[in-house]
Amino acid sequence: MSSTATIVSLPDQATARLPKRSYLNNEQGLLSWLLTGDHKRIAILYLISITFFFFIGGAFAGLIRLELLTPQPDLVAADTYNKFFTMHGIIMVFLFLVPSVPATIGNFLIPIMVGAKDLAFPKINLLSWYLYVVGGIMVLAALVLGGVDTGWTFTTPLSTHYLNTHVITAALAIFVAGFSSIFTGLNFIVTIHRMRCPGMTWFRLPLFVWSNYAASLLMVLGTPVLAITLVLVLLERVFGIGVFDPTKGGDPLLFQHLFWFYSHPAVYIMILPGMGVISETISTFSRKRVFGYTAVAFSSVAIALFGFFVWAHHMFIMGVSNYSALVFSLLTMLVAVPSAIKVFNWAFTLQKGSITFETPMLYSFGFLGLFTIGGLTGVFLGSLGMDIHLTETYFIVAHFHFVMVGGMLMAFLAGVHFWWPKMTGRMYPESLSKLAAVTTFIGFILTFMPQFILGYLGMPRRYHAYPPEYQVLNVLSTAGATVLGVGYMLPLLYLGWSLKYGAIAGDNPWQATGLEWQIQSPPLTENFIETPIMDHEAYDYEWLEQKKKNEVTTVG
Amino acid sequence: MDNTVATEHPHTHETAVHAEHAHVSLPQHRHHFETVEQQREAGSFGMWLFLLTEIMFFGGLFFAYLLYRNWYYDAFFTASNQLSVPLGAVNTVFLITSGFFMALAVWAAEVRKKDTLVWTLILTTVFGCAFLGIKYVEYHEKWEKHHIPGAHFDISEFVNPAAHGIKEKPLAPDMAERTQVFFFLYFAMTGMHALHMIIGVGLLFWLIWRARRGDFSAGYVAPIENFGLYWHFVDIVWLFLFPLLYLINRHPLH
Repeated sequence: MSSTATIVSLPDQATARLPKRSYLNNEQGLLSWLLTGDHKRIAILYLISITFFFFIGGAFAGLIRLELLTPQPDLVAADTYNKFFTMHGIIMVFLFLVPSVPATIGNFLIPIMVGAKDLAFPKINLLSWYLYVVGGIMVLAALVLGGVDTGWTFTTPLSTHYLNTHVITAALAIFVAGFSSIFTGLNFIVTIHRMRCPGMTWFRLPLFVWSNYAASLLMVLGTPVLAITLVLVLLERVFGIGVFDPTKGGDPLLFQHLFWFYSHPAVYIMILPGMGVISETISTFSRKRVFGYTAVAFSSVAIALFGFFVWAHHMFIMGVSNYSALVFSLLTMLVAVPSAIKVFNWAFTLQKGSITFETPMLYSFGFLGLFTIGGLTGVFLGSLGMDIHLTETYFIVAHFHFVMVGGMLMAFLAGVHFWWPKMTGRMYPESLSKLAAVTTFIGFILTFMPQFILGYLGMPRRYHAYPPEYQVLNVLSTAGATVLGVGYMLPLLYLGWSLKYGAIAGDNPWQATGLEWQIQSPPLTENFIETPIMDHEAYDYEWLEQKKKNEVTTVG
Repeated sequence: MDNTVATEHPHTHETAVHAEHAHVSLPQHRHHFETVEQQREAGSFGMWLFLLTEIMFFGGLFFAYLLYRNWYYDAFFTASNQLSVPLGAVNTVFLITSGFFMALAVWAAEVRKKDTLVWTLILTTVFGCAFLGIKYVEYHEKWEKHHIPGAHFDISEFVNPAAHGIKEKPLAPDMAERTQVFFFLYFAMTGMHALHMIIGVGLLFWLIWRARRGDFSAGYVAPIENFGLYWHFVDIVWLFLFPLLYLINRHPLH
């Protein structure tokens, strides 16, 4: 690619210096990090711990794919396999996907984007990280002590009566980690409502803030329901009282209703912040205001709202009444509308834009394609007749991996690359990162596309053996997982390398318009030297041009 | 006396740093808020949001109650007649009184009356503890009557009430088993409520200590206000629990 086709505007590397004072070197020593109230430092703490758990969860995914390489159950026994996919699910859902973008990138950027010095409650923010760590350690404890094999869904009465594994430790871990999520959401909502700088009206907020706001609403309203559900499961398991046990008059479906009342909105907790990242990158790298800003902003809130009324589509074959299944099927289709609004608006943002292909943009394109496939197959699954055929097969597995891994993980990596220069003050290596983006995309397609076919042919999920005729597709999938693994290892290596050797990024390497790009990178502890005043709309590239001209004239 | 702490603070580092800000008037003002007013609003907004999560938390239990009450109606009203209305009523009065003193405490903090604040907080605590004491008496009675769900649960009172001198319609054994679901929900809901009370009493001790130190005598009332919101929320949960568990269908045989 020729250098004219890119907008990376790095300062002259011969004279470029990192700012003398920044949040990174403001205070020294381990304790200054562990006791910090600075949202940016907490974001970095989260980034490190989340990456750690991501690779543990990923290791389990690798073991699962290794077992499924052959039709015979030859690597591990059935119950060990159950523990593998349970650990994979629990770690990836609760310790990676739910906090991924909000707790790292959101924590770092939301105060800056609204023009504030910090989140409203810095101590609660730190507490939230400690709760996350305690939850994570408890999950690891459950793992080391012998594992859990309920699946990440803790289905009763399996989890309460029939298993001898560490259900209590794992459920308590998720209870604790849930409060971490509640506090993050609460902090964001209060910050976005109360801490906006002068001139920062709701419709001047970057779309990243809108989507995190919607996700925070879900965290605050949904997570407590998961907490009480887990408390009931624990009480049932420890004291044998029968709130979910049919032999004592309880109703296992009640558990399903309560669990999915959180866990379906949790899907939107995971994807919405990722959508926010995509809005930022697509606008920046096509040099255009996001098409239909208001529609995109409100579609986030609409997804959050509809997200609360579709949970029973996880229960179509569990014996809910036909009428409620019908209603929930219809409501499920409704979620496709705001999601499609977003995808169409991103596409129209690209139209006639000056598109450049920096790494975050490549990841964003990956997101667009994979999320669309994942979303559309979700509509298949929301249709009653199709669901009866496809549920509990690999079609489901492929569907939610397309949304969560293809969608959210791509968005997470897009965000990490996009804001890496802001967080660290240094650039990542450009060509290597593009290689990683492409590798991830190819590996992903190879891993999960065959699973759609497998599921459609009828291969059930959660078994460690399968009939030999499925082997070809499974081998393809395992091969893809290997490529995917390489794709995820690469950023870990080169981002680490760039901390010391990366090119100095300067304040605004992407020539983006957000408030965060108008301050030094890495930012000062107090973010802004004086309170900013927002006097233009979001994504106003003409304002940026004007500002740059003025800067030149005043300096010159 | 009231002003001693307030006059100490201008010498501390924190206030000195913020002296440049026009709005700063309190030592408790945190630097990332533009004004004290913004800080106070953010705090109270955060508290309301937290209470919203609490509503969702209790909501799961209320939902379970709704479901099982519809399914096992007979078991639910027979079992609910085993609860003591007088004790529940006294507890309701105690809790409302405690809430009244809490409201007074918020007022006392706002008008900066330190002694009134300390005394109203102490009275809030006393009535809160009295509530917990009576709750203990009630739980103890359930223990003696084998009404605690689990291995020791005894349904004979419900199958054959006449033998135990209880004026109730006898329940079929399988329905009598369902009284266990009622008692489980009773313990889960009142227990979760009591847990919130215990946490509240713990916070009250801390607030009393801080109030005596004079922290809230100079116009900084956010902790008192926000704790007041929490305490009233716990009251309100009880105001739903009391009719649902004790009062509905009271003695429908009469």
